[in-house]
Amino acid sequence: MKKIRVLIAKPGLDGHDRGAKVVARALRDAGMEVIYTGLHQTPEMIVEAAIQEDVDVVGLSCLSGAHMTLFPRVVELLREKGAGDILVTAGGIIPDEDVPKLKEAGIAAAFGPGTSLEEIIEFHKKNAGK
Amino acid sequence: MMAMYDKSKLDEIEKELKRWEKECLGRSIETLPERDRPFITASSVPIDRLYTPLDVKDWDYFEKLGFPGEYPFTRGVHPTMYRSRPWTMRMFSGFGTAEETNERYKYLMHHGETGLSVAFDFPTLYGYDTDDPHSEGEFGKCGVAISSLKDMEILFAGIPVDKISTSMTINGPAPVVWGFYISMAENKGIRPDIISGTIQNDILKEYIAQKSFIFPPEPSMRLIVDTFEYGYKELPRWNTVSISGYHIREAGSTAVQELAFTLADGLEYVRAAIERGLDVDKFAPRLSFFFNAHNDLFEEIAKYRAARRIWAREMKETFKAKDPRSWWMRFHTQTAGVSLTAQQPYNNIVRVTIQALAAVLGGTQSLHTNSMDEALALPSKEAARVALRTQQIIAHESGVTNTIDPLGGSYFLEYLTDYMEEETYNYFDKIDSLGGVIPAIKKGFFQKEIADSAYRYQKEIEENKRTVVGINDYATEEPVKIELLKMDPEGERRQTGRLKKLRESRDRKKYESSLDRLRKAAEGDENVMPAIKDAVHAYATLGEICGVFREVFGEYKDLAIF
Repeated sequence: MKKIRVLIAKPGLDGHDRGAKVVARALRDAGMEVIYTGLHQTPEMIVEAAIQEDVDVVGLSCLSGAHMTLFPRVVELLREKGAGDILVTAGGIIPDEDVPKLKEAGIAAAFGPGTSLEEIIEFHKKNAGK
Repeated sequence: MMAMYDKSKLDEIEKELKRWEKECLGRSIETLPERDRPFITASSVPIDRLYTPLDVKDWDYFEKLGFPGEYPFTRGVHPTMYRSRPWTMRMFSGFGTAEETNERYKYLMHHGETGLSVAFDFPTLYGYDTDDPHSEGEFGKCGVAISSLKDMEILFAGIPVDKISTSMTINGPAPVVWGFYISMAENKGIRPDIISGTIQNDILKEYIAQKSFIFPPEPSMRLIVDTFEYGYKELPRWNTVSISGYHIREAGSTAVQELAFTLADGLEYVRAAIERGLDVDKFAPRLSFFFNAHNDLFEEIAKYRAARRIWAREMKETFKAKDPRSWWMRFHTQTAGVSLTAQQPYNNIVRVTIQALAAVLGGTQSLHTNSMDEALALPSKEAARVALRTQQIIAHESGVTNTIDPLGGSYFLEYLTDYMEEETYNYFDKIDSLGGVIPAIKKGFFQKEIADSAYRYQKEIEENKRTVVGINDYATEEPVKIELLKMDPEGERRQTGRLKKLRESRDRKKYESSLDRLRKAAEGDENVMPAIKDAVHAYATLGEICGVFREVFGEYKDLAIF
C-alpha cells in the first residue's frame, strides 16, 4: 500500500510551532511520510510545496487567529492549480463558530486544542489518499 | 564546607530509615500497594517516596542558601521580600488598536494592577506596519498593533508612565519599540532617566523557541549590546533585557531545559557585552529574567531557587562582577499558557492559582496570571480580572507572604533544587561542546531538544501516563459557554487610516534624513539608539525603520526541525 504523504504547514507570521511539530512527528511515527514547511509560509508557498511533494494531505496550523484569512486561500489556490483533490485540515486555536465556515470553504477537518493524536492519525488513515 | 548534619546522626537516620522501610512501609505496601503509574514531575523527572536528611547530607547552609538579599540569593533577592511589598502584579495585555488596549490598561489599573505589560500583535513583533502585505489577517489578533510613535502615544494616553513601570514583549524590533516608548514619555515631558520598565529584547530564545526573530544572530546581538550601553547611560531604571525561559517552556521544554537554556542565553549576552568592552558592573544590574510557572508546584519552586544560585555564582566567579546587584537575578513569571484547556475553562482558574503560588513561593519579582479563557481567545475583561484577583488573594489572604522562602530547608525541595542545578551544568557542558549558544542554535540543538520533550509529554498523555483533567480523564461533552473577547471590527481600518495620515503629514525632509542617518549607524558600529530616536521623532514607522535594518542586516530563516 502506498504511504500517505502529508505536508504540515505554518502559514502567516504565527510562530507557535509546538503543535505542528508534535502532529508531524506523530503522523510520521504512524507510518506516513511527513514534510514540514517551517514557519512564515504564504499560502502560495504552501500550495507550491504541496504540489511539488505530491502530498495527499495539507495540515495547516495557526494559533494567532489569522486562520480565517489564510486557510481558505490555500484551498482556493489548490483548486486553481488543479490539485483540489488534496485534503486540507486545520489545527490551532480555532473558535467553534469558525469551524462551519472553514468546512464550507473546503477544509476537511478542524483539530482544536485538546484533540488527541490518535484522533488525528485515524482521520488521516480513513480519509487520505482515497 | 560545613555539613549540616554530623555523621553519627546521619548513620542513625539511615539505620532508622531501613527499619521503617522494612517494618512500617513494608507492611503497609502489602495491603495498600502504591499506584503503578510512574511518579514523575511535569517534566518527567522521577520522584522518590520520601526525602530525608540523607538526600542533602553533604549540604552546607552558607554555600547553598545563605540569607535573602545576599549571595548566593537562593532564598530571594531582597532581605525583606514580600514583607515590604508584594510582587508587581503585571498583566500581559494587548489586542486590536491602541485605543482598545489603553482602555484595558486603565481597567486593570483600576482593579489593582501595579505594573503594565504590553502584548504586541504579530506584525509589530516582526517589524511590519499594519498596512504591510505581510500583516494580512494578523492585525490586533495576538496583541496590540503599534506602527508608530503616534500609536504609542495613544496606548499610554492618560497613564502616568513616570509612576508605573511598563514591560514590553518585543524582541526583533526591540530597540525601535523602546524608541517609541522613550519618545512618548519625552513628549509627555518626562525625562528618560525617570521612566522604568523592561524590554524583552532576548533574541536568542526567539531562534530557540518563540520564533519572532527578524535578523540573523550576529547583528541581533549587536543591537542588544547597543541597548545595554544606551540603557545604563540614559535610562538607569530600565531593564534592557528580560532573558526568557517562558517561551522555551511553552514550546515544550522540561523545567531543566527551560532553566539551562535561559541561563546559557543570559551568559551569552554577558559575554557579548564584555567583548564589546562594556564594564560588567555597569550593565549586569539591569539584566532581568522571565520564567514560566507550570503545574508541578515543587519542580517550579526548585527551578527559581536554582536559577538565582547559578546566576549569582556565574556572575561572581566566571565574570568577576563586583557589585552584588550584578549577581542577583530578578525575574518576572507568567503562568503556563500551554497548561490551559479549552475544555471546561473554569478549571483553568485552579491551574493558574497553583502556578502563581509556585512563582510566589519561588520569590518572583513580578507576575502575570493567565485568564481562564486563553485556550480559546485573548482574555475578556472579566476573565482578566479573575486572574488578577487570583494574585491578590495569594498576596493578601493565603499567608504565604509572611515569611521569606517558606519552603527553604525542605529535604525534598532542596534535593530538587540541587538536582536542577546539576542538570543545568550538564547542559552548559553540552552547549560548550557544540561551540556555544549561537553555533548550537545553527545546529538546531535546542530546537531538537525542545521538540523531543514536547512530543514525549504529549505521548505521556496519550498513553495515560499523565492525567490532564477534562482532556484524557473527567472529560464532558458539554459545549463551552463563556463570553469571549470581541474586538472592534473597525479597528484595522482606523489604524491603517491613521498610518496613511501620518505618512502624508510628517516633515518629509526630516524623515528622509533621519533614515539616512539610521542606515549609516547600522552599517557602521556606532550605537543605533540615538539614530532610532531621531527617526521615531521624525515619525518614521516601525516598518520603515526595520526595513532599513532588514536591508543592512538581512533576515533569518528558521530551521524546520520536528
